Amino acid sequence: MTARIELDEPRCVASGLCVMVAPDVFDQRNDDGIAIVLSEEPADETLAGVREAVTLCPAAALRLVTV
Amino acid sequence: MTRIVIVGAAAAGLAATEELRRSGFDGAITLVGEEPHAPYDRPPLSKQALDGSWDAARLRLRSDSDLAVLNATFLSGRRAVAADAAHRTVTLDGGEELAYDGLVIATGVKPLRVDGDGLLTLRTLEDAERLRSRLQPGARVIIVGAGFLGTELAAAAATRGCKVTLLDSCNSLLARLGSPISRHVASLHAAHGVDVHSRVRVTHVDAAGAELADGEYLAADVVVACTGSVATTWWLEGSGIPLDDGVLCAADCSATPGIVAAGDVARWFNPAYGRLMRVEHRTNATQQGAHAARTLLAELDGGRGDAYFSVPYAWSHQFDTRIQLHGVVLDSDDTEIVAGSEADGSFIVAHREQDRLVGIIGVNAALRDLRPWQQQVYAEAALLTAPVG
Repeated sequence: MTARIELDEPRCVASGLCVMVAPDVFDQRNDDGIAIVLSEEPADETLAGVREAVTLCPAAALRLVTV
Repeated sequence: MTRIVIVGAAAAGLAATEELRRSGFDGAITLVGEEPHAPYDRPPLSKQALDGSWDAARLRLRSDSDLAVLNATFLSGRRAVAADAAHRTVTLDGGEELAYDGLVIATGVKPLRVDGDGLLTLRTLEDAERLRSRLQPGARVIIVGAGFLGTELAAAAATRGCKVTLLDSCNSLLARLGSPISRHVASLHAAHGVDVHSRVRVTHVDAAGAELADGEYLAADVVVACTGSVATTWWLEGSGIPLDDGVLCAADCSATPGIVAAGDVARWFNPAYGRLMRVEHRTNATQQGAHAARTLLAELDGGRGDAYFSVPYAWSHQFDTRIQLHGVVLDSDDTEIVAGSEADGSFIVAHREQDRLVGIIGVNAALRDLRPWQQQVYAEAALLTAPVG
C-alpha cells in the first residue's frame, strides 16, 4: 500500500496551511504562493501531517489516495 | 451508542464530521444540511461558478466515496427549526426530533435582506446559477455593497461584459482593509469599466434599479445586494444556548454542556487577539469545525477542550489581482505600506493596533516578501496568549 498526494492546482488559494503542518512534504511557489508537492508519495512518518493538510486545506485542493 | 448531531453541512460541518472520525469516534453521526446538495464550496460561487469555468460537480468538497467512508447519516434538504439544550434534542422541519449526546452548530450565515423587490443575492449554488444566467454581455448590473463579495461579483460581471455599477455607503471599496488597498481596488475596477460610487445612500432599490439620496436614478437589468450577512441562529431562540451575534462560545468553542459551534455562526473568545470574534472566512470554517469536534469529544470523555487559537486567513481574486490577508484588521486605520508600491501594483500593507502587528495584506505579493510578515503576525498573536509575568 502506497499513499499518493493529489494536488488539484487550479483550486489552490495559496493559504500555505499545508506547508505549515507538513513542511517536509509541501512548499509554495514564490511568485503566487501556489502549493508545490515535494514528495508525491510521502514517507510514513509524514502521513499524519499530510492528513491534517488535506483536512485543513481551505480550497479542498488536496487528496491522499491509497493505491 | 453515543450520538452526535451536526447541524450545517457545508465546510465547517463537514470538517467536524471528518475530525470526529479521524479522532476515532465510532458512535452515530447525523449531519443535517438545509440545502439539497452534498457539501460544496462557497468561495468559488463568486468566481469560477460565475464565469462558468466550474460546474456544480467541481464545487463539491468531497466525492460520494469520500463521504461514504465517514459512515454518517446525511440528511440533506432538511432544516433544523429548534433545539433544546436541556433535553438535548434538535427538531427538524416536519417535526422529527433528533436526540443527541453532543451537538455541533455550523449553520453559517444568511445574506442580510435589503428591502426591495426582486433583488438577487449570492450565497448558495442556486443563487450562483441564477446570477450566471442573468449576467449576459451588455446587461446593466447594479451591485449594492463593496466588501469582498460585492467587489468579486463586480469583477466577475465586468469580465463577462456586463455594464457594472458598484454602490457603496462606505468611503471606499473594501474599506475595512485600509486606504492603500481601497485605492488600488477602486482604480482596478475603474480600469475595467466598473462605475464605482462610494459614499452613496441608496433611498430605494428594486429589481429595476436604484435611487440615490441626491435624486439620481440608475436603471438596471440585474440588481444584486451584497450588504453583509447575519448569523443563522433564528432556530436557536429559546433553546437555552447563549446567542449574541452568533452562538456565544468559550475559547474552546463550547457554548453550553454538550454543545459546540464552528464556522461563520460561532462567536468565540479568540486568545490570539484577546477578544470575542466571529470570522466569516472559508479557512476558519474548516479549522474551527475540526477544533470544535475535538472539544466535543474531550467533553464527552469528561475532560475539557483546548482553546481555539486562530490567526485568520482570507483571500480574494479580482481581475488579475490577488489579495491575501493573514490576521485581522480590527477596524484599525493604522496602516502602512511596508513593501512594494501601489504604482507597481504589488505591495504589502501592515495593520497595527497599539503598535502591535495584527494583520498583513499582500496585493500580488511574492511569497518570499509576504512570508516573513506572515510569520511575524503569528508570532505576535502567540505572544498575547503567553502567560503574563
